[in-house]
Amino acid sequence: MLKGRAFKFGDGISTDHIVPGRLLHLRSNLPELAKHVLEDADPTFAQRVKKGDFVVASKNFGLGSSREHAPLVIKVAGISAVLAKSVARIFFRNAINVGLPVLICDTDNIDDGDELEVDLKLGKISNLTNTTKLSFTQIPDIMLRILDEGGLIPYIKKHKDFTVPKT
Amino acid sequence: MGQTLAEKILSAKSDTEARAGHIVVAQVDLIFVQDSTGPLTLRQFNNTNLAVHNPKKTLLFLDHSAPSPDQELSNDHIFLRKFAKETGVVLSDIGDGVCHQLVAESWANPGDIILGADSHTVTTSALGAFATGMGSTDIAVAMALGKTWLRVPETIKVLVRGHWPKGVYGKDLILHLIGKIRADGATYKSLEFGGEGISALSMSERLTIANMAVEAGAKVGLFPSDKATQSYLREQGRGERYIPLAPDHNATYENIIEVDVSRLEPTVAKPHTVDNTTLVQELKGVGIEQVFIGTCTNGRLEDIAVATSILAGKKRHPRTRVIVAPASQKILLAALAKGYISSLVESGATIVPPGCAACLGVHQGVLGNGEACLSTSNRNFKGRMGNPEAFIYLASPATAAATAIRGEITDPREFL
Ligand code: SF4
Repeated sequence: MLKGRAFKFGDGISTDHIVPGRLLHLRSNLPELAKHVLEDADPTFAQRVKKGDFVVASKNFGLGSSREHAPLVIKVAGISAVLAKSVARIFFRNAINVGLPVLICDTDNIDDGDELEVDLKLGKISNLTNTTKLSFTQIPDIMLRILDEGGLIPYIKKHKDFTVPKT
Repeated sequence: MGQTLAEKILSAKSDTEARAGHIVVAQVDLIFVQDSTGPLTLRQFNNTNLAVHNPKKTLLFLDHSAPSPDQELSNDHIFLRKFAKETGVVLSDIGDGVCHQLVAESWANPGDIILGADSHTVTTSALGAFATGMGSTDIAVAMALGKTWLRVPETIKVLVRGHWPKGVYGKDLILHLIGKIRADGATYKSLEFGGEGISALSMSERLTIANMAVEAGAKVGLFPSDKATQSYLREQGRGERYIPLAPDHNATYENIIEVDVSRLEPTVAKPHTVDNTTLVQELKGVGIEQVFIGTCTNGRLEDIAVATSILAGKKRHPRTRVIVAPASQKILLAALAKGYISSLVESGATIVPPGCAACLGVHQGVLGNGEACLSTSNRNFKGRMGNPEAFIYLASPATAAATAIRGEITDPREFL
């Protein structure tokens, strides 16, 4: 069970908002880079966020570059999951690969600062502040397995190959 | 039932009958990283404790910070060069050019599966390759296994009809299309281009269009491989790698979008999103402090030729600096031989080395507070060119050149 506060963002938060190119020189120093996470969307976010909190966004979160630093710094900053109406393709894969859950759901019912509880196994989100419940879209089986192992590297170390049911 | 281009390529490479929605494990023909995503990729690769599956088809490009502007990035470069030396993978050092252009020039073939740790890897889907960007860990694992898993995408067909008017280019078409379907209009999907308006296009223009497919969220921006593909491969010295590729006439599309190019006009994306498009005519008079011509989108010889033809014998406007970055060394040499470079310098342009240059905001043209740049690149997100207080407009090289002369956004047709 994950529990924390919601930090609400709008549509189209790009990887440039999350980790801008001007901080390229910090890319080999993730803890330092994480101090700037989402800086161009909300300059105070990095100082306010606490371990376990959620990033809650609207449409097309994580669009733009393939930089995996984007989900990584969100994870390093302590965020337990990203909730959004939709997520850009590369960001989605990257997040799962680094073990950051991404939940596709209708985020309109979540306001900035709401207390949330997420049950990844049951696929349920409870908004403790306004006492509503949400469910999220199931992700493909292969991604669930990768997430279960804590990311793609531990998955490959264990399984040595991708296992995909024959279609 | 017929297959789309994406389904055909993925079927051949996964040894299954790939249909939209399937998850397949596919053989990968070419894998590459660049200097901004590369260090993390190689660290993740080292974590797998596996060897590089095919070093001759694994490429490292030093292009994003080239030459390096600071010590941290120089140290990243040292790390990448050392990895290349130790593993035998192919290194492309500073000054060679932008990864996607070099992959088009020297590596990509129709029917290939190409993975790059860079979202604009889609560029070479113009050659009929299933080329797509992934993050560092996916690329690290593909480097080790020589394969990856892929969800077979649904396809949106873009049928391009009509004749191209003067002053309107592939860049205007793709900006128009993104404005229409929006930045998430093709998320997870394959965009498949076809129609007589596409057959008429050179490889250079096709690469521009495919390059920006990802700005609509697409996984690939596939073109059929035809005569233009064949002659491009021949010019690059690998004509024997040509195979014709086309979708089946009864393939299933999620949607078909028709565009009549004869009605297109020069188009611009306004700050701060690529889908915030309008016609150049609507922005007449908007002042521009910097014009940037280059990148994997529009840094090819044809782009430099168009810009030169408009700027030749004229001077840039005093308020507007002009930065030109040829996308590869080959392009720089050809532009020198043709006299484009001296002509551009005489017009007041600053030439920077082949590479990403000002595109991503690390060096060679970072914007100041409140400044506006008209760029031929593919992204105008807030902060993209190194300053969240700056404004980026995206347009064709022709529009960029016309704008450089007037110092404000200008319709290139006034100079043609
Ligand atoms: S030129 Fe720009 S968009 Fe192209 S690879 Fe370089 S940074 Fe990315």
